[in-house]
Parts: sequence; structure tokens; C-alpha cells
Amino acid sequence: MTETASSASKITSTMTGKMTGRGVNVFYGDKQALIDVDLEILDREVTALIGPSGCGKSTFLRCLNRMNDSIEICRVVGDIRLDDEDIYAPELDPVLLRARVGMVFQKPNPFPKSIYDNVAYGPRIHGLANTRAEFDQIVETSLEKAGLWGEVKDRLSEPGTGLSGGQQQRLCIARAIAVDPEVILMDEPCSALDPIATARIEELIDELRENYTIVIVTHSMQQAARVSQRTAFFHLGELVEVGDTEQIFTTPREERTQGYITGRFG
Amino acid sequence: MTDPATTDLAGKDRGRTTVWGSPEQARRFRARRRADQRLRLFGLGAVALSLALILILIGSLGYSGHTAFTQTHLVLDVTIDPAKVRADEPDTGNYRALIRGALWSLLPKVRNSADRNDLAKLASQGAPYILRDRVVADPSLIGQTIKIAVPVSDPYDQLHKGVIPRTGPEEERRLKDKQIAWFDDLVVQGQIESRLNWGLLFNSDSRFPELAGLAGAISGSFYALLVCFALSFPIGIASAVYLEEFAPRNRWTSLIEVNINNLAAVPSVVFGLLGLAVFIQFFGIPRSTPLVGGMTLALMTLPTIIIATRLALAAVPPSIREAALGLGASGHQVVLHHVLPLAMPGIMTGTIIGMARALGETAPLLLIGMNAFIISTSGGILEPATALPTQIFIWADSPERGFAARTAAGILVLIAFLVAMNLSAVVLRRKFERRW
Repeated sequence: MTETASSASKITSTMTGKMTGRGVNVFYGDKQALIDVDLEILDREVTALIGPSGCGKSTFLRCLNRMNDSIEICRVVGDIRLDDEDIYAPELDPVLLRARVGMVFQKPNPFPKSIYDNVAYGPRIHGLANTRAEFDQIVETSLEKAGLWGEVKDRLSEPGTGLSGGQQQRLCIARAIAVDPEVILMDEPCSALDPIATARIEELIDELRENYTIVIVTHSMQQAARVSQRTAFFHLGELVEVGDTEQIFTTPREERTQGYITGRFG
Repeated sequence: MTDPATTDLAGKDRGRTTVWGSPEQARRFRARRRADQRLRLFGLGAVALSLALILILIGSLGYSGHTAFTQTHLVLDVTIDPAKVRADEPDTGNYRALIRGALWSLLPKVRNSADRNDLAKLASQGAPYILRDRVVADPSLIGQTIKIAVPVSDPYDQLHKGVIPRTGPEEERRLKDKQIAWFDDLVVQGQIESRLNWGLLFNSDSRFPELAGLAGAISGSFYALLVCFALSFPIGIASAVYLEEFAPRNRWTSLIEVNINNLAAVPSVVFGLLGLAVFIQFFGIPRSTPLVGGMTLALMTLPTIIIATRLALAAVPPSIREAALGLGASGHQVVLHHVLPLAMPGIMTGTIIGMARALGETAPLLLIGMNAFIISTSGGILEPATALPTQIFIWADSPERGFAARTAAGILVLIAFLVAMNLSAVVLRRKFERRW
């Protein structure tokens, strides 16, 4: 339980958590997708967002790095903060926000470029490295952290799209890590992968939480139980319950949570 | 459950009313299969019909145009008399007299001066200029006797190719018995040769069909397409990128979209009128030039390129955009680093097809005067020029027999260019096609 102890000390040092949502409402045109969500994401922990399809968990995730901005009819009301900084403040540049809050998507989406260029792209556009040697260093450490270095170190110039599904997803994680974000958002990162590749990614998530705050949306309750320390259950756009993963899965306070995790609906 | 069909084994066991294999069902299956076959046959027939029509088109063009790919030449031994061509001014010599003299010496029996003048017309009227160019290029030839092949004039060319008749009432014939006899005499002497007609590609237009070629039209089309590409490619891509990637979806952008689609369907002659009124009369750009031609063609090509580019951009999977956005790429980085390169094969294909359309476009060029009679290759985008389709139009309008074959040959050359462009579009697409 040393992990929990160390993260517990982090919580006391920041108190408010890495990211905080207060009264978050999201509308797609006339349709309301999120209703008054208050959620705190704690530093260096894995927070799992669970709930049936269409419950708003992905919508909430995409609010955290303003990926919803590109959806024209989407309107976000409320207060979302990263380290006490309002991320929807007009003077805040979403480009910088997304460098600090990285994202891994449902379907592995490497660029149709070489493995090396996939990882080096983020650092390149943010000017994180100048010399070839610095880029090499970033690419190597990122791939190492993503547990992919051993498999691809001899073929960095081959296209990233030529890798297997699981490898592609780890490449996408390496690509996100390369920008040195503080938070990594994962939108059902294993839903397109086979069980073995899924296990690899879950292992990786567990390793990554030492250095990063991770928010993961998942449809698999086993996955949420395996990888997360905190779990938030969404239903019909509302945050029903949030708590330690163990507590949510053993002694949920809400009846709806109980119903979902025992498989009565969803 | 009294219906006898349902007492069938399968039906009874499962308690169902559907009976597979009943005569009624079998009939339905047969009818369905026949319908499938009919549909396939209709499709096959349609493809065969269009192939046949293309073959007929190419075949008829080849039939009427093939004679233009050879040219009958008269081989003359010409002595460059220093009395007629002065060494210090080789370009002003009396080359006409030299050609006539050489021709007359081949048929010494023709003595009467009227006949001699008539005989001189056997060689193309351009022959003295061919000789002049040869001597100007190499003045050391003065005083020597050289062998030179010059085209024969059009009626003799057509006679040699068997296009115009040798027999029949003499007064109805283009060439009289006497003239045919002179020509046959030259054939016997071995002075008449049929050669591959390189002049068709390397000469410019001429009043004399035996000298007329497409070089001027090809260079004019080349410059016009250059202008057209330089304008429509960047403007088209910029508009498409804005509309597809940045523009908000509202009433204004959908109005613009509808208008662009409509523009693609506007008859090309309208663009010609616009070019005439705006570019020539309002902006004063010199008429008949590839510049104004290219600008007018660009108006026509723009909608095609915009539509093709937007389709290509829309075909780039959104996951690529999300990946770049998620890494903190800004709008222009997403477009320039990822979306545009991935859409480029589609954009290039659309552009080449648009250019091919512009190459074959005639009506707008007629209106802005690119059907001028120009006897030299185009000197650039500001010199008056003619274009391939308008050259064909001019030739089709000319009465000489030689121009009829040249019109068909010109169309074949134009089609060859179009096929080459469309093939390159296919090759590009195959080569750079990406899979996600």
C-alpha cells in the first residue's frame, strides 16, 4: 500500500486536486449532455469514469482538454480548473492546455508517418527540443515509458500504421507522453484491442500513474476496478457517485451505482 | 394448420408456415435469378456500347486523320547561285527563283511560260522560306548545290494520298491531266517522297495546309494552362481548406457552397463572356493572350478544384485531426502538417482532371480571341496565341482538303494529351493512395 500512501501525501499537499469541475453543464444544441457535474481529479491517481453509453462520461473527459471546442454546437457552462487555473478563461490558449492535458483515443490513431515522427511531432510543434540528439532522447524515453522501445527500436523509420493494434495504442500513449503532459485523458483506450494487448495497456497505465494524473473512460467495470484508484459513475448526464474504486465496487452508496455494477442495467 | 403445404416435414416439426422448396418458392427463386442475370446483362451491354462508341470515334478520327501524319515531299537539287543570294545578306535572297529553277530543270519539256508558272505551284508556296532558313543557318552553302526536300502544295499532296480523283470530267477536277502528268513524271524520276509529317507537331499555323502545324497551338495551350494552374490551384485549395476546416456552418457558408456547386455547372461560354467583359474590357489585359485565356479558364477550373479538394479533405479521417489537436497542434498545424498532405493525392487528381477539362475548352477562348491566326509559336503569356481546341476550330472552318485531315489529326493530338493527363491522375492516385 505504499502507492496509496504516497498519493495520499500528494492529496494533502494540493488539497483541491489536479483538476476540478464545478457545476459543469454541457449542451449539444438544445440537448443537455451533462447536468451540474462536480468532480475532482486527484493528482497522480487513475480516475475511472464509468456508466452506460450516452451517460456523458466521454463528454466530461473531452471538456478537460477542450476537445469539445471543435464541435460547433457544443456549449460548456461551469468552471473547470487545472491547478486552480480556469481552462475556459478567454485568455487561455487551448493549444497550451492540450500540451499539458494529453489525450489517448478510443481507436489507435497514429499519424501515417514513421514511428519516430509520430513521437517527435508533439515536441517539434511545441519547441521542446532543438537538436537531433535531444529529439532522439525524447523519442527513446517516451517509447520506453510506453513499453514499446524494445519492440520498435530497430524500425523507428517504419510507418506507425504498420504496427499491431496494441502497439499502435502504446505508440499513441508514447506520443502523448512525449509532450510531457501533467494529465493524460484516455477515452476507452482498450475497446479496440484484444485481451492480451489490453492487459499490456492496463499494466502501462499502472506504471504511468507514478508520474501522471490519468483519467480513463471505460465500459469495462473490471478494467475500472483493476486500474483506477477512484471511480466516478455517470448516468443520464449526471454524476451519480464518486469515491475510492474499492468503495464504489463493494459498498456503493447509491442504488443506481449498485444496479449498474451488478449488471442490472447499462 | 389445414393447408396441405404446412404438413411438410420441416414445417410440421418447427411449427412454421414457410415451406422452402415448394413449387411456388422454386418459381420465385428462378425469377429472382433471371432478374439478377438481366441486371448484369444490362450493365455489360451499357459498358460495351460506350466502348463501341469510343472506338467508333477514335476509328473515324484515325480514318480521316491518318493522311495528315504523312506529307508528300518534293526533293530538289538546288544550286544556291551567289548572284541571287548575296553572302552578306542571306535572308533577302531570291529563293523563289532558285526553287522554280530547280523544279523547271527537272521537267525541261515544259517551255510555255504559263505552264511554267503553273508547274511552279507544284511546290508549296512556303518552299522558298524553307530554303532560306537552311541557308541563313549555314551561309557557307552559298555557291553549292544542295539536296532539299520541300512539301508539295496541298492538291498534289492529296493526289498522292489518293484523296482527290485522277479520273472523271477534267473541268470538275482540282488537278488537270497536264498537272497530273507532271507529277507522275516526278514520281517516276524518284523526286517525290512520302515522309512522316513532323511539321504537324513542330510547325505553327499557316494558310497552306501542307505547312500548317500545331506547335503554336500547343505552346499557347501550355502557357494558358500554366496561368490557369498558377491561379486556380492555390486559390482553390485555400478556399476549400477554409470552407472545410475553418468556416462555421451557417446560412452564409451554405449559400457559398451552393454557389460554388452551381458555378461548376455554368456553361463555359458564360465564363468567356465574363473574361471578355472583365479581364479585357475593364482591366485592359491584352486580348488573345494566354494570360487572359488562362485567367478565364481558371474561373472555370476553380469550382472543380474546390469541390475535389473539399471531398479529399473530408475523406481524411477525423481521428487524424483529433490526434493532432489532442497533442496541442493549432488549426494551421493540423491542416498543413496532417490533413492537407493526406488529401494531396485526391487534390492532385481533381486538379489534373480540371486541367484536362480546361485544355479541351473552346468556347471561352473563342470569345476572348484566342482563335487568332498566329504563324509563330507563343512567345509567352503576353503574346497573342491560339490554343489546341481553337486551332482545331480554325482548321475545321478552312476549305482546303488538307485541313480536313489536319483537323482530325489535331483532334487526335488533343485526345492524346487528355488521355495522358487523365492517366497521370490515375497513376498519382494509385501511387499515393493511403490506407488507415
